[in-house]
Amino acid sequence: MADVTVIGAGVAGLWAAYALCEAGLTPRLIDRSGPPGPHGCSWWAGGMLAPWCEGAVAEPVITRHGAQAAAHWAGVTEVTQRGTLVVAMPRDKGELARFARRTTGHRAVADLAALEPDLAGAGQGLFFDAEAHLDPRAALAGLVAALAARGVGIMQADATPETIPGPVIDARGLAAGLPGLRGVRGEMLLLRAPEIRLSRPVRLLHPRHPLYIVPRAEGVFMLGATQIESEDRRGVSARSMLELLSAAYALDPRFAEAEVLETGADLRPAFADNVPRVQVRGRVLQLNGLFRHGYLMAPALALQAVDYLTRGIKGDLVHED
Amino acid sequence: MRRFYGVSLETPLMLGTAQYPSPAVLEAAFRDSQASVATVSLRREAGKGQAFWQIIRSLGVHVLPNTAGCHSVQEAVTTAKMAREMFETNWIKLEVIGHADTLQPDPFGLLEATGVLAADGFEVFPYTTEDQVLAGRLLAAGAQVLMPWGSPIGSGLGLNNRYGLKMLRAAFPDVPMVIDAGLGLPSHATDAMELGFDAVLLNTAVAQAGDPAAMARAFGLAVQAGALARGADPMEPREMAVPSTPVMGKAWL
Repeated sequence: MADVTVIGAGVAGLWAAYALCEAGLTPRLIDRSGPPGPHGCSWWAGGMLAPWCEGAVAEPVITRHGAQAAAHWAGVTEVTQRGTLVVAMPRDKGELARFARRTTGHRAVADLAALEPDLAGAGQGLFFDAEAHLDPRAALAGLVAALAARGVGIMQADATPETIPGPVIDARGLAAGLPGLRGVRGEMLLLRAPEIRLSRPVRLLHPRHPLYIVPRAEGVFMLGATQIESEDRRGVSARSMLELLSAAYALDPRFAEAEVLETGADLRPAFADNVPRVQVRGRVLQLNGLFRHGYLMAPALALQAVDYLTRGIKGDLVHED
Repeated sequence: MRRFYGVSLETPLMLGTAQYPSPAVLEAAFRDSQASVATVSLRREAGKGQAFWQIIRSLGVHVLPNTAGCHSVQEAVTTAKMAREMFETNWIKLEVIGHADTLQPDPFGLLEATGVLAADGFEVFPYTTEDQVLAGRLLAAGAQVLMPWGSPIGSGLGLNNRYGLKMLRAAFPDVPMVIDAGLGLPSHATDAMELGFDAVLLNTAVAQAGDPAAMARAFGLAVQAGALARGADPMEPREMAVPSTPVMGKAWL
């Protein structure tokens, strides 16, 4: 008999179920599409654990909780702790100065080649050495495996909180249809470029086309991501693909020879302040609004939900009203 | 303030709605600046019934859709029609971009699109340069408002050709004009208002500031200062010093 039902097996729901197990409870996990896959926006994430970089525009609470994310993830998947490199083309070095002013946890790097030999000649950069990254699909699989080891499977069924008795964690993302929740479109590409070696995520600051590149195993790179105030779910647009590829090409012309493995587009659920919430509605806790911080904030959000359920502790992501 | 197609604006500040850290910050910027017009781009955000449009509508200000990023007459006209349907307004800020690097207007395309849209019942706000000949042609084509640039979009350089803008203002004293694009600091906005422009439009300077709401408030105060100063008939600059306190009767030591 389950103590708590979790609806939604994206990064938020999986983390909630995992955190419930860790707290000694027995969760039941339901998703209308079954195990994680291309149907959920968690599938298309970059997997950067970059709380200090995100602090350039995100609310301080993101940096504060995000700083613990790498440690939390290390229990369920391989986390690569090699920092983030932020670079700008010579004519945009003003962008770099501004980014440096608005973030902490970095140091200026004059010789990029010492950190990433393939970026020699890419100008100046900032190094955020405490940041990390992971492979999102491996991380989701890691959570699924950790839950399976504790006897928790993913039941494929349509479910809404109203139809389920007892405590419910609703982590359905946009499908939850919460008031004030909107979708923010993001588009990404997966490329294979075996010639190029990068050992850490690289962010290119550009006044028009900012870009990040996250290295994955076997010469694969994730290029992301657009951020468009639109709930259009169609595939990646030609314009966005051109912009992402042009920016990557500017960083390393060998990306022109890369094989395009996948393109993806989906909507990130977000509240008006772009900060995730545990919204309390009686016996239902709504975990939602992870925006572009799914992997960065899911552990903190799940832990606060469990603390609230088990001990009545009201964390700073919990909203009771 | 001159009226914009029959509408008197509550304040002479128009704010763009792109590039903010979050909608909550966008709302704070509008609240703290008391901007009376929100411009919104339709190029990349197609589709109906979207949450972001609701946020814009709930700001409670006039909505001025724009054709940002359009490079041809056809694109601009199509976008304008989409905007009219979506926001139920005849207002359209018309951008026809002529150069990818400077994003400066294409005067020929702008003129053609202005004619097409004005004939179709649109109330066109053309994004133009300080060129007086072009301004005259745009007015003849049906525009009743002009939006000359301060400097290239997003550059933050302020009024790049102050002389040209002054001459434009003087050439068409009855036409409402908005300085659009290139403002980086509140002092630039004050400058524009002191020159006699009716409003300013900006986005990047506020949205990309470290504290957008504070910068928005600064711009709100700046346009107010500029408009007040313009209305107060400022002194003419003089090359000779004139003492502001009387020297008569003082001991000459």
